[in-house]
Amino acid sequence: MFKAKERKGPSTPLKSSSAQVQLHSTEPYPHRLNFYDLPPIFDVTLEEFESAALARLRILAEIESSFVRNRSYDELKAVTKTQCDKYLTLNANSASTCDLQGERRRDHVGHFVLRLAFCRSEELRRRFVKAEMMLFRVRWDSDDTREREAFLSSRDFDWVPVDDKEKEMYKTQLMAVPSNIRPQDLEAHFKKDKYYKVRWTRVPDLVEKRRVFLKGGWAYVPAREQSSMVFQEFQTNLEKALEMTAKALPRLDEDTRLLPILNNLSQGFLAGVPSEWLSSSSSAAEGGGIKAEEVDELARKHFPMCMRNLHESLMRDRHLKHMGRLQYGLFLKVLGLSIDEAITFWRRSFSKITDDKFNKEYRYNIRHSYGLEGRRANYPAKSCQQILMQDQPGPNESHGCPYRHFSEDNLQSALLASYAPHGLTAADLPEIMHTVRAGHYHVACTRVFEITHARSGGVKKGEGVGGGESVTHPNQYAARSRELEKARLEKAESERDAMVVDG
Amino acid sequence: MLAFYRRLYPFKSIMNWLNHEHVPTKLYTHREFAFTLQGDVYLRYNSFNTVDDFKKQVCALNPTRFEIGPVYTARPRDKKTIRPGGFIPMQRELVFDIDMTDYDSIRTCCSDAGICKRCWAFIAVAVKVLDSALRDQFGYKHLLWVYSGRRGIHLWISDKEAMELTDDQRRAVVNWIAVITGSKDQHKKVNARPKSRPLPPSLQMALEPLAECFTELILDDQDCFRSEEGCEAFLRLIPDETIVHELRKLWELNPGRSSSQKWDDLKNMIRVLDKGSSRRLAMKAAMEDIILQYTYPRLDAEVSKHRNHLLKAPFCVHPKTGRICVPIDPARIDDFDPEQVPTVRQLLRELDETMAQDSAEGEERHADSERTSLKPYIQMLDKHAMALMDEVRRSKRGADMSW
Repeated sequence: MFKAKERKGPSTPLKSSSAQVQLHSTEPYPHRLNFYDLPPIFDVTLEEFESAALARLRILAEIESSFVRNRSYDELKAVTKTQCDKYLTLNANSASTCDLQGERRRDHVGHFVLRLAFCRSEELRRRFVKAEMMLFRVRWDSDDTREREAFLSSRDFDWVPVDDKEKEMYKTQLMAVPSNIRPQDLEAHFKKDKYYKVRWTRVPDLVEKRRVFLKGGWAYVPAREQSSMVFQEFQTNLEKALEMTAKALPRLDEDTRLLPILNNLSQGFLAGVPSEWLSSSSSAAEGGGIKAEEVDELARKHFPMCMRNLHESLMRDRHLKHMGRLQYGLFLKVLGLSIDEAITFWRRSFSKITDDKFNKEYRYNIRHSYGLEGRRANYPAKSCQQILMQDQPGPNESHGCPYRHFSEDNLQSALLASYAPHGLTAADLPEIMHTVRAGHYHVACTRVFEITHARSGGVKKGEGVGGGESVTHPNQYAARSRELEKARLEKAESERDAMVVDG
Repeated sequence: MLAFYRRLYPFKSIMNWLNHEHVPTKLYTHREFAFTLQGDVYLRYNSFNTVDDFKKQVCALNPTRFEIGPVYTARPRDKKTIRPGGFIPMQRELVFDIDMTDYDSIRTCCSDAGICKRCWAFIAVAVKVLDSALRDQFGYKHLLWVYSGRRGIHLWISDKEAMELTDDQRRAVVNWIAVITGSKDQHKKVNARPKSRPLPPSLQMALEPLAECFTELILDDQDCFRSEEGCEAFLRLIPDETIVHELRKLWELNPGRSSSQKWDDLKNMIRVLDKGSSRRLAMKAAMEDIILQYTYPRLDAEVSKHRNHLLKAPFCVHPKTGRICVPIDPARIDDFDPEQVPTVRQLLRELDETMAQDSAEGEERHADSERTSLKPYIQMLDKHAMALMDEVRRSKRGADMSW
C-alpha cells in the first residue's frame, strides 16, 4: 500500500521542496493548515487508516448536505465546527495541552485515504474537491491571524508584489474595482493595501465576479482578496493530485485489505447525502404513469411557477428553446411521463413543426434525456438550486426561476394569472414580492404553495410542503400538491360513502 | 460544392492555423472534425493525420459544412477503442459567437435571419469592444474574426494560454465579459454594478466608444425609441418614477419626437437635479446602463464556456446564403459589408472565366484560389497562421537556448 503512495510521491514535486524542509524540522506539522503536498510516508496501521478516514468522511458528508440544504456560509461554518470538534479536532499552536502533532497526523492520513477512495470517478472527484475546499476555508477563517501568516510565508505562492510606481499608475482603475468598501474609505484603503500580480487563470473566481483589475492577462489582486487566491491554489493542487492518483490507482488493485475499505468509503460518501429527492421520486412515478393529454390539466393544478411558465410558453409559441426543453422535459419525466408519452406530448406541442424536422432535431434529445441515447445516463430533474444558479436564461429563453429571472411587474401579473383560480389574490403579492426582493426565491415559492393550497388542502402558513419544509425541487412541489389533492378526494369519497350509508 | 472543396478550399491554411506548426502535431491529429452531410446527417469524431487525408475525406463525403472541435487526449476516430475516462478534451481555441438574433429586441431595420449593412453596425461595435478588451485585459494576441456566412461573427483565439483554459476558466472569461443577461421577461438586462456604484474599470473603459455609437446607431440610425413599443422599453429602464411620469406627460403633448430628442429630454430632466444628490447619481448610473444595454456585445455564452463545443470552420459555405465564412480584419470592421462576401456560385464562375481565358497556357492548376475573390481572405488566414507559427518557433528556440 505505501509503496503505491510512494509511487505517487513524484506526482506532486512542484511544491514539495518547501514542505520537505518542514519535515526535516523538529516537528512534521508546524502549521494547523495543510496543503497536503506530501503523502504520509510513515507506517500507518490498518485501524488508523480506516478510522481517520471515517472521521473525515463524516465531516465532508455534513458539508455536502449543507450545500444541498442551501445553508448559508455562516450556518455551514457553525455546523462544520461542531462536527470537527466531535470527530477531528485541530487545535491552534497556542493550545499547548493537546497532542497537536497527533491530531494533525490524523488529519493528514484521513485526507490521503479519502483521496484514494474518491479519485475514481469524475463525479466523486468533483464533489470531494468541493467539500475539501469548504473544509479548508472554514479552517482558514477560524485560524489565528498570526499562524495564518506563518503558514502563508512557509509556502512559495509566486505572487508578484505590485511596486508603488505601478500601483500609482493604475490608481483609478484599482480603486474602481467593485468591493464592499464605503466610497469615502476607498482612498485610505488603497494607500494601505498591498497588491499582488498573478496570471488571471489562477484566480478565475475573482475574475468571474469582476473583483480584480485585469491588464495583459495579469490580475491585480488586493491583499484583502488573498484568501480567495489561497483557496483557488488549494483547489487546483488538489484537482491535479487527484487525477494523478486516479492514474496510479490501478496498480493498487492487488491489495485485498484496502480495496474493500476504500469502496466502502466512497459509497458512504454517496449515501451520507440526501440524494436530492431522487429516490422518493421514483415512487411517485410508480403510482400510475401520466398521459400526454393530462399534462395540461396537471400544469394548471399542480405545477410551480417555473413549470407553469414553461408550459404556457410552450402552448403559446408552440416551441421551447433547448434549456427550456431540458428543464421542463426532465421535470415531466420525473413526474411520471413515460418516454412514449413524452414523445407524444412534445410532438403535439410543437405543432408548427413538420414530422421530419421533429424526428431529426428533437426526438434524439428527448430520448437522450430518458437515457436511451448517447452515454445513456439517467439524468435527474433539475433542482431549484440548479435552476436558480446554472444556465441563466438569455434573451428569448423562458427557463429559469420566475421568482429570480422575471422583472417584478411581470412576475406579479404571471402569479395572478396562474394562481388566482387557486385563491391567490393581489393582497398576497406585497408579502411575496418582499421575499423576492430579499433574494429568498424558494421562500416566495413556498409561500405561494401555502396560499394556493390553503383552501383546497388546508395548508397553513409556515407549513410549507409538509413539516415546515420549503420548496427545494419543482417535482417536490408538484408531488406534494398531487398528494394533497388525492387526500382530499379520498376524504370526499369516504364522506360520500358515509352519506350513502347514512342515507 | 465538390468543385469548391477540390479546387478552392484552403485546407493547408486551415491546418497551419490549427496546428501552429508545419509538421502535424497533436493539435491537428487529435482534433475533432464533425461533418454535416446532405439530409442533416451528422458525423462526429473524425480526425486526420495529414492535410491530404482531410481533403480526401471531405471530397469523398462532400459535406454541406463541417465544424472544428477540441484537441482530445487521443485521436477522436479511435474513440470507441479507448475507455470512456481516457477520452477527454484537452485544448481548444477560446471561441466567441455573436449572433444577430440576440439583437432582435433592439434592432428596427430587420429581424430574424435578415441582416443589412445597417444592422451590421451592431456587430461592428461588438467586435471593437470585444477585440480591445481581450487584447488589453487578457493579453491575447492571436485573434481571428470570422464572418459566419449569414448574420453572426465568430472569434477564435489561438494563444497558448487561451488554448489551455479549463471550462471553469472559460466560464470566468465569459462572465467577466458578458453584461447583458436575463430572460425576455426581464426588462433591465444590465446588472454589472453594486447599487449605483461606479462601473468596474473594464466596463468604464468600454463605455466611451459605446456612448458614441449609441448616439449614431441607436438614436439616429435605428431610432429605437420612436415607436411606442421601443419607447415603453426605454421608460422601463428609468428607475426614477417622477421622471418617467414627467417624460410621459411631455411626450403625450408632443407626439412623434425622435429618439435623440427623447434622449435629450431625459438629459434635461437630469440636469435640473442637484449636483451630487443621490437621485442624480442614480440617474447617471441608469443612463450608463441604458447605453450598455443597447450597444454592449451580446454573446452566445454557451459556445465559449465548454472546451468540447463545436464551431463551424472558417471558409465553410453557409447552407442558406451560399456565402463563404471569411476572416475579417477587426480594424476595418466598419467597412465590411456582409452582402459583398463572395458566394460559392460566384467563386466558381470566376474560376471558370479565368480558366477560359488562359486555357491555352493552362499550367498553374494549384493556384486556383488565387484567381478568385477568395484570395485576400486566404491571405488573411495565412498571415494569421504565420504569426502563430512564428511564436511557436520563437518559444522553441528559447527552450533550446536553455540547454
